[in-house]
Amino acid sequence: MEHIKELLYKMADDLLILGHRNSEWTGLGPILEEDIAFSSMAQDKIGHAQALFQILFELGEAEPDTNAFMREAKQFHNSQLVELPNDDYDFSSVRHFLFDHADQIRFNMLSESSFEPLAKVARKIKGEIKYHVFHADIWLVKLGNGTEESKARMQSALNMAWNYALGIFEEGDYELQLQSENIFAGEKELQKRWLEAINPIIEKANLKIPAESDWNPILGGRKGYHTEYLDQLVNEMSEVFRIEPNTEW
Amino acid sequence: MIQSLDPRIAREKINEENNIAPLTEMDNWETYEVFHQKKRGDQHIHVGIVHAPNPEMAFLFGKEQYGRRGISVNMWVVKTSNVFASDYDDSDIFDTVPEKQYREAGGYKVMSKINKYKKENTL
Repeated sequence: MEHIKELLYKMADDLLILGHRNSEWTGLGPILEEDIAFSSMAQDKIGHAQALFQILFELGEAEPDTNAFMREAKQFHNSQLVELPNDDYDFSSVRHFLFDHADQIRFNMLSESSFEPLAKVARKIKGEIKYHVFHADIWLVKLGNGTEESKARMQSALNMAWNYALGIFEEGDYELQLQSENIFAGEKELQKRWLEAINPIIEKANLKIPAESDWNPILGGRKGYHTEYLDQLVNEMSEVFRIEPNTEW
Repeated sequence: MIQSLDPRIAREKINEENNIAPLTEMDNWETYEVFHQKKRGDQHIHVGIVHAPNPEMAFLFGKEQYGRRGISVNMWVVKTSNVFASDYDDSDIFDTVPEKQYREAGGYKVMSKINKYKKENTL
């Protein structure tokens, strides 16, 4: 079961951490309607994380809340992309775009997984993720084709996020086993499909993917190596829960 | 420095005399009227308004604001400026003189008889 747990942990942690990061925009979004939409998607992400923590619980891991709020930063398996601070809306939207395409493809692949509990979750949340990607694409294309300033900011956000985004596809210790048991086709395959999916949209947004010679995936997140920003996020996220871990909310 | 209990604000280290950028025309997007449909074949019903720079984004916002309860199957967004609206001063054009029962279907009392027949003859 270790191979399935590893897969579930990295997915759940990506979703929990990004969901929390994105929720930091609540009340501070660029306009009211977008504030509501972005916050609502952040909640969706945390809901998706919860569904995965629930499967982990059924596989013998800690209860979802305990798992989410009682671990230290170094026990998290999220990619470093999702823990970075929000910065301005340019970086937040580009990260949302890069991550959510990978998320959508991953769950699409998993909707036919031989591990039925995960396949079931994947099918259930398909519509929500479709909206997230739809949202990300429209903003990227709009801002990429906006003013000189918006175009320049989106391009530099894309350059900044790129190697972190490649870190999403850091391979685990069980790639071959997951493939041979038809659970998940693997990070390499996911990255290939991801590039095919994002390329035409980045082109439509008049932006450029950094030259391949500059690709240098930022790895380590899956193994518990994180930036200083995750500590701060985990402390803030868990602050209330840790005061009284046994309280019923 | 602005002191705030909200860690998000405290982290930003915002100066007290921080000048808030003045509104520009970008901050005043047009409004779109949002209509949703509860099931295929139903009429689209007006549910509210969103601000948006284009129809695609109006749909994005309309969906989150009015369609997130899971009861919609379809949505229309229409630029408010494209809606022709009558003037409230002309509300009296909807007034109608009462002596025109010959134009109304109220005279057809047969429905109750049909329903009664159906009820009595169900299998």
